[in-house]
Order: sequence, then structure tokens, then C-alpha cells
Amino acid sequence: MSIAAVAPRAVIGSPAARRRDRRWLGVTVVLVTLAMAWELAKWLGGDPWRIHGDLLGMRLDYEHVPPFRWRFATDLSLPHLWSIVGAFGQISAQTGQPLLLVLVDSAIYTLRTALLGFAVGVGLGLGLSILFVHSRLLERAVVPWVVASQTVPIIAIAPVVVIAFGASWQSVAIIATYLTFFPVTIAMIRGLRAFDPRAGELMRSYAASTRDVLWKLRLPASVPYLFSALRVAAAGSIVGTVIGELPSGIPFGLGSKILNFNQYYTTSPERLWAVIIATVFTGLVFVGLVRLAEAYLTRGRYRPLEVVV
Amino acid sequence: MSAAGSALEAPRPPASGQPVVEIERLGKVFGEGSGSVVALEGIDLVIRAGEFVSLIGPSGCGKSTLLRIIGNLIGSTSGSVRVNGKTAERARLDRDYGMVFQAPVLMDWRTVARNVELPLEVMGYPREERASRSARLLSLVELAEFRDRYPWQLSGGMQQRVAIARALAFDPKLLLMDEPFGALDEMTRERMNLELMKIWAQTGTTIIFVTHSIPEAVFLSSRVVVMSPRPGRIARIVDVDLPLPRTVETRESSRYFELVTEVREALRRHDGDEVPGAPDEVEMARIRAEGVS
Repeated sequence: MSIAAVAPRAVIGSPAARRRDRRWLGVTVVLVTLAMAWELAKWLGGDPWRIHGDLLGMRLDYEHVPPFRWRFATDLSLPHLWSIVGAFGQISAQTGQPLLLVLVDSAIYTLRTALLGFAVGVGLGLGLSILFVHSRLLERAVVPWVVASQTVPIIAIAPVVVIAFGASWQSVAIIATYLTFFPVTIAMIRGLRAFDPRAGELMRSYAASTRDVLWKLRLPASVPYLFSALRVAAAGSIVGTVIGELPSGIPFGLGSKILNFNQYYTTSPERLWAVIIATVFTGLVFVGLVRLAEAYLTRGRYRPLEVVV
Repeated sequence: MSAAGSALEAPRPPASGQPVVEIERLGKVFGEGSGSVVALEGIDLVIRAGEFVSLIGPSGCGKSTLLRIIGNLIGSTSGSVRVNGKTAERARLDRDYGMVFQAPVLMDWRTVARNVELPLEVMGYPREERASRSARLLSLVELAEFRDRYPWQLSGGMQQRVAIARALAFDPKLLLMDEPFGALDEMTRERMNLELMKIWAQTGTTIIFVTHSIPEAVFLSSRVVVMSPRPGRIARIVDVDLPLPRTVETRESSRYFELVTEVREALRRHDGDEVPGAPDEVEMARIRAEGVS
């Protein structure tokens, strides 16, 4: 609600573009810092290595022996970043494709499953929260069970669901739904009540129906709550999908690659790390899509300087 | 007194219209038992079509409570309120009320025009009708060129004008205004008063207006209802016989000053023990009874 008396603000330059630039700069700085910390740990406590060869006719012979030996920094636990980057180029024995392409295919497969789980979960969460804000009785009776549902270990539920509904990507999506509906339900119980009470009186003075209050007041006022929940839900749906893929035996998703590269971890740990990075990236892409949807839906609605990113 | 003279020079508007609001022995008690507070007691008031009636009084005199009972936002404890011959609830369900609060309460996800169209959407007006009405009302409040802006792009006074346009969009028979200009600075407030007078002249709507400001009440009203606290009662009703239309000169006329003094004295006479800044017990009891609203 706009209560504050605000004067129209002159637009100076292009603050949006500058904010975008700064955000990318921030992301880059964090990535570089992480990479440096990673390699610093290996430099200080990793495995020894040496360079031995020719460079433009100059003989190179350098050996680095780290001063400490840390278990977590060995090449097995913490492969060199260039090994991980190199792993994306390794040719897969089964398909003859580089790992990067295999992972892109897997990520698309997983993302599709996650999207279905996400859509159903968001629908379920919205439906439940709408029921709950209209019935205190239902809210009191059911919400504790909704909360309890999330304390059930998902890792134990996943095989049950896969056996019960068959080893298909749709049953994997059920696991994603299970992780998705919860944040949406909880946030929207609050969000659907977050409207200005005076706006509620206004609607009362129009003799507005419960449906009109829902569509024209409760839902639009809850949008900031909805999108915070959707970001959590988007990440959750990827995690849920990967966990669901593990017992499903479906050989296409990121989950199957994790299972596969787990078995070869002692010989090529960098491949598991490559899948981890691919999974994180998939989650980021999904959360990014949610962000774009939010920006589109709330365009013009806020004062630019108040946009919280 | 020159009252008779100026009254002759400027004939009163037809305040002899149909009664729009008829209040009889109205009472309101917040809370129950020992914690209860009598907010209103023995209110009798008839407001006729086309009148502009201000409710004025110190905090705790129940003027907002009275307005909210008339508008059926809250119920009464005793007595009766008839609006256009119906109960207040029936009148609300028939969409007889336009409401303006102290804050504009605009929907920040709607543009200015779509804010004005909100009640029309709820009431099922067709799209073209909504568009033509919002266009007409936005030009009435002189905000036509801001139709596609969002509320944050408007100043406080402009936002309040949008709220007034929204309240008038569906031609309500009765406009209820609860300190609508209370949050504005003095200069904006005086300009808004002039504008409200213009709107009142053009629409002929009956207006009930709650205010803290004596000059504002006198300038705007055809009658000023002075209320006293603990329990809230009507202390006096002052007829304002200033000529219409009210203009900048109205505020400089001697009759205007006489009336301001009359209202001020009526307030003082019934307000001996008002302690400025003291906790408002009626408000506290209301909050205890219904929660903050």
C-alpha cells in the first residue's frame, strides 16, 4: 500500500543497467574468491605435484610439496579446478559424447521433471493456503500435519513412491512436489493475510464477494511472499528430483549421473564434482527463471530504489 | 449578529431533501464487563440529501466510530441507523457508500486508473463503462494525465485525490470521509478543501466528513456536528450559513471567523478535562475489543 507521501523522482541515467553491472561484478568476485580459496587449500595442504617438460625450448622442472597434509585437500577430496573443468571435456564411454553434453542432456531431463513437480507443488501449496486462510478450523486441524510431512526423511519416502507409482519421471516429480508445496503453503498462509486491513474495509464497503477479495486483494498483496517461497520451492524441486531419481533407476537425469560417478569416485572424483556443478547450475537457472517471472509480474509496482534483490 | 443578514443574501442550499441518514438513540459500547467503554451514547441525527455534514471533536469523542457505524464497518450496541430508509448493512450491500480514509489505501499493484476502477470491477461494470468513468473522475480530480502511473509516482495529495475519485466512481449516494486530509500539509489541505467543494457542487453527493480541524469543518460544511467525549455525544450542531460556492474569499469573511469561534467555543465548553496526549481510552478499548484495524 502506498501510504507514504512520495514525490515523483526524476530518472537519472540508467540505474537498472548499473545495478545489473554491479550484480555481475559481485558474482564474479565471489566466484574468483572461492576458486582462489579452493586452490590455496590445495597449495597448502594438498598432494604434491611437479611440472616436468619443455616450454619453447626451455626446460621446465618444478616440484611443489605443500607444507601440510590435509585429508580434505587431497586430489581425491578436492580435485584441482582444472581437473574438474577438464572433466567436462572427457568423452563418455557409453555415448561417445563429451561429458558436458551428457550433463546438459541430463540437466534438461531433470529440469523437466522438476518443473512438473514444481508446478503441481505450487498449485497444491496455493490451494491449501487459500483453504487455510478461509477456515481457521481447517488451518488448526491440518497445518500441523503439513509441517510434520516435512520431517519425514525424503530419502526414505523416495523409494516408496517410486515403487508405488512406477519408475517414471512423473513419479519422480511427486518427490519434487513433496518438497515444493511446503514453502508455498507456509508463506502464502501469511501472504494471503498480509493485505492492508483498511483495504479490507474498502472491499467490505463495496460488498465484495470472498472471491473478489481473494483475486483483487489477497492474491496481489501476497505476491512478494509468493515469490520468496517460489525461489525456495524452485531450488527444492531440483533437490527433490535428484533424490527421487536415485532409486528410480531412470538412466537420464542428473541423479543417475551422481549415482554412476559415485561408484567411480576413487578413480575420477572430478567427474562427480562436474555433476555437482551442473546440478547447482541447473538450480540457479530455475531460480533465475522465477526471478524473471517476478520482475515481469511486478513491473512498475515498486519504487525502483526500493526493489530488494 | 449579522447572521440573519448574510443568510438572507445567500439562500441556503436545499438541505430540505430526503433524509439520507436517520440516527436514533444510537449507542456503542466497546468490550464487555469492567473493561468496557461507552464510545457513543444517545446520538440523534438526521442528515438530508445533498448536505455536507462534518463531525468534529477531540480524540475519543467517537466521531470515527459514528462514521464507521453509519458505514456498517462495525455494528452498534443500541439504537438504530437507517440509511436511505434501509439498515446500514442493507445500504452497504446495495453499495450506497463511498469511503475515503485518512490514508489513500491505493493498491500499489494497480495503476491510477485501475485503482479508480477497482470498485467498478467488483460491482461488475462492463469494461467500456469502467474506462469512461475512470477517465471522467480522473479529470474531475485533475489527474487525467496520471492515469497510467503507479501510486508511488504520486505525491500524498495526488494519491488522496485518486482515493476520492475511486470513492465517487460508482456514484454512491453517501460519501463517508474519515479525516481524509489529516495527513496532508496545511497548504495542500486548503487546496484539497477547495477541490472537494467543487466536487460536491458538481456531484451533489451527501457527504459525512470527520475532521480534527475547526477551519476545515466550517469551510466545507453545511452543518458542523460538535461532539464531546466520555461518553461520545453530540454537544451542539452549528449551521454554517456561509454562501456557496465557497472560495478563497470565504476564509477571509467575518462570518467565517464568527462560525469558527462558535465551533471552537462549543468544543471548549464540552471539553474541560481533555488532557492533550493522554491515552485515548475509547481507542484502547476498541483495540482490545476488535484488534487493531
